[in-house]
Amino acid sequence: MEVIFILIGISLVLAVTFLFLFFRAMKDGQFDDSYTPSVRILFENQPKKSIKDQPKKSKSYE
Amino acid sequence: MKPFFPNETQSKCYHCGEDCEDESILFDSKKFCCQGCKLVYEVLAQNDLCEYYQLEANPGKSQKENSRLKNRFDYLDDPEVMQKLLDFKNSQESHITFYIPLIHCASCIWLLENLFQINSAIIGSRVDFLKKKVQIKFFHDKISLKEVVNLLSTLGYEPKINLSDLDHKAKSSVDRKTLTKLGVAGFCFGNMMLFSMPEYFSEAKLLGEGFKGLFDYLNVVLSLPIVFYAASDYYLSAWNAVRQRKINMDVPIVLGIVAFFLYSLWEIFALGNPGYMDSLGGLLFFLLLGKIYQQKTFSTLEFDRDYKAYFPIAVTRLVHDKEEVISLTKLQVGDVVLVRDEELIPADSLLLSNQANIDYSFVTGEEVPVPKRKGELIYAGGRQKGDAILLTIQKSPSQSYLTDLWNNESFEKSNKRLLEPLSNQISGVFTWTVLTIAVAAFVFWIGKDVSIAVKAFTTVLIVACPCALSMSTPFTLGNTLRIFGRGKFYLKNASVVERLALIDTVVFDKTGTLTDPANASIEYHGEALSSETKSILKGMVERSTHPLSNRINLWLGKTESLKLDHVREIKGSGVLAVYKNQEFRIGSKDFTGATNLPLSESGNHVFLSVEGVILGYFHIQSGLREGASKVVKDLSQNFDLHVLSGDQAHERVSLGQKLSSDVHFNFNQSPVEKLNYLKELNTQGKNSLMVGDGLNDAGALQESQVGIAITDRVSHFSPASDAILDAESFDKIPSFLAFSRDSRKIIKVSFGLSFLYNIVGLSLAVQGLLSPVLCAILMPLSSISVVVFTTLATNIMGIRKGLIHLNKH
Repeated sequence: MEVIFILIGISLVLAVTFLFLFFRAMKDGQFDDSYTPSVRILFENQPKKSIKDQPKKSKSYE
Repeated sequence: MKPFFPNETQSKCYHCGEDCEDESILFDSKKFCCQGCKLVYEVLAQNDLCEYYQLEANPGKSQKENSRLKNRFDYLDDPEVMQKLLDFKNSQESHITFYIPLIHCASCIWLLENLFQINSAIIGSRVDFLKKKVQIKFFHDKISLKEVVNLLSTLGYEPKINLSDLDHKAKSSVDRKTLTKLGVAGFCFGNMMLFSMPEYFSEAKLLGEGFKGLFDYLNVVLSLPIVFYAASDYYLSAWNAVRQRKINMDVPIVLGIVAFFLYSLWEIFALGNPGYMDSLGGLLFFLLLGKIYQQKTFSTLEFDRDYKAYFPIAVTRLVHDKEEVISLTKLQVGDVVLVRDEELIPADSLLLSNQANIDYSFVTGEEVPVPKRKGELIYAGGRQKGDAILLTIQKSPSQSYLTDLWNNESFEKSNKRLLEPLSNQISGVFTWTVLTIAVAAFVFWIGKDVSIAVKAFTTVLIVACPCALSMSTPFTLGNTLRIFGRGKFYLKNASVVERLALIDTVVFDKTGTLTDPANASIEYHGEALSSETKSILKGMVERSTHPLSNRINLWLGKTESLKLDHVREIKGSGVLAVYKNQEFRIGSKDFTGATNLPLSESGNHVFLSVEGVILGYFHIQSGLREGASKVVKDLSQNFDLHVLSGDQAHERVSLGQKLSSDVHFNFNQSPVEKLNYLKELNTQGKNSLMVGDGLNDAGALQESQVGIAITDRVSHFSPASDAILDAESFDKIPSFLAFSRDSRKIIKVSFGLSFLYNIVGLSLAVQGLLSPVLCAILMPLSSISVVVFTTLATNIMGIRKGLIHLNKH
């Protein structure tokens, strides 16, 4: 039965990971606008003839 | 109302979808209505962005009127203005958020998020569709803010930059914080439940002592974030209340939390018992859930707008006959400013040009422009219609007749907190009762068994923790808020519902609130109109956007319009047309050459002349809004009714007949007088509801217990208020008021329900019988049943009041 100690450890690590991901999503503003992404996802990413310097994701907000 | 001809679809502008009238421009085998639309298409085609046109048909905005001067954004080069507008700036990039009213479809999102393909100096952009906002990030070395705005404006997406954008507002991250707390509480609560599971089913013995100890310690660890982070708002609120020698609902909650936590620690570490940590987690989780449910507000609507949200950020000043664009805050008395077509008068000023036509519809709700002559004083807040005019500033923008309203002390402090929420009224009694019972139980047991005495004392506090009690208010109010929202009545926050329930006096603004410009009564006086003349008239008024033209157009009904030569609208005067070599004019007295005609003093007059001979005139008076008289009659049974109007008193009799004789009419009310009228009602101890629409009602809306702003388009202009009502739901006002009272009753009944749970729980607790399992069952059960009850009750009431329609399409 001692294996339960390990299992509990794993389950807690997993749960904490999800909590951390939730924090990150919150900080990124995922919950601020719940409508626009539903439209954005339908746009097609057609290949452009000239791949210019694609925008890098900038994370520095404040 | 444009007639629909199926064969016309081919001659629609590819960009904006408007009919290409005479001179359509053919480009790239596509038709465009004007050079502006073609230009936008060209820009997009060059950058390979024509997918814009595939996502939605004709997504653009007509560029016909976009011929304004290029220098109007010059103020954006001012470093001070720039610094105030930018969200973020470092050595390389700048971020800015614009409000763009035009954002209306998927194409808009797509184009605005592909700006970087047009100009490589733009790093990227992000649209918030519901708020109609776009955040743009750009390299400020390669492109200036002004150029960004110009680019947007070329594409037809001109951002709206108002004076209020300069006031630095801190981004509210309140909602994010509560959500994070809920996440933490949910995480801890869920895991604690799992670890407590063996305890519930008495399996702990089976697992052995080692596991039991581990689970209990894990529960203690998991309870720490809940007690010290997720619950922090409650401590703060309770502390503030106690410091003011008051007791609000959060005081018993905090008592409960502390008792829960300390007693569980004692149980686990001293006695080796399981404790109540899981119930504590559940309590906080449900409490925060209720808080968020109630917090749902209509974030896309703005309830706090003052005049700054309407005023432009910059004006064109004339210095030595040279135009310069300066920011409004630098405008001084004596400056000469140029105000073009559709621009706002920034401050009280004298007219230097010969004539002007000022549209005061923001201010008064009356949409027919007022003609002004040279030397007349023009109040700030009007909009010029027609040619550009010159003005000398008489007062600074913040001291003008209208804007001075905001310097009134009513805007300094809020006077709406006189009413305690229902939950706070009972929480004082509740807390003292619970404490008395706890002490009584302690005293009763102390002689017999000290450990049972301690247990009884703490468990009374734990079980009495008003979880269910404090859930009933947020869920009832949250539901009411949603039901109102479905009826197109948007409240600023949940506390407005409780204030609405206590209203006993209703005050209406007249123009634009009780009356509706679209419901105008039109009478024609003069020679009878032949059907041919009517058709000519129709052809003329269809080409004009003036509100009076629209009304005459409606009056003409389905008359076929004739194709006329040389139809021309002279802004501020009228419409001129030639038909069979005869000159037709409709418009103002001067424009048509009318001289001595008997005129009644009220309403507007539009004259019709042929070859200089007056045929007759239209007498147009604004009519009552649809359902207004019924609303007033319904309300007059239960409420004290008042009507405030800025107009002359000559309509008193006719209004009195149409509405109700019990109504108190007050005419000639200036914005400040309206405010003082409400103040007077307040000092009489009345709970007043103000219903208004224009900026001139802003003071009264602020001063009243509940201020409702009526608007035809909710996302558009409305002065600061507690609630925004879509004009089409005007007739539901009595139902809304009745429903807010029902929801107050529902809160009371659900209080009773949660008291019942408390009595059951307490009777167990005083006997020292409460166990962790019982607690874990009783807590969520009481909360959930209260939530279910309030949700069902509000919805049933909503259906009865006709605010919810079951057969939704």
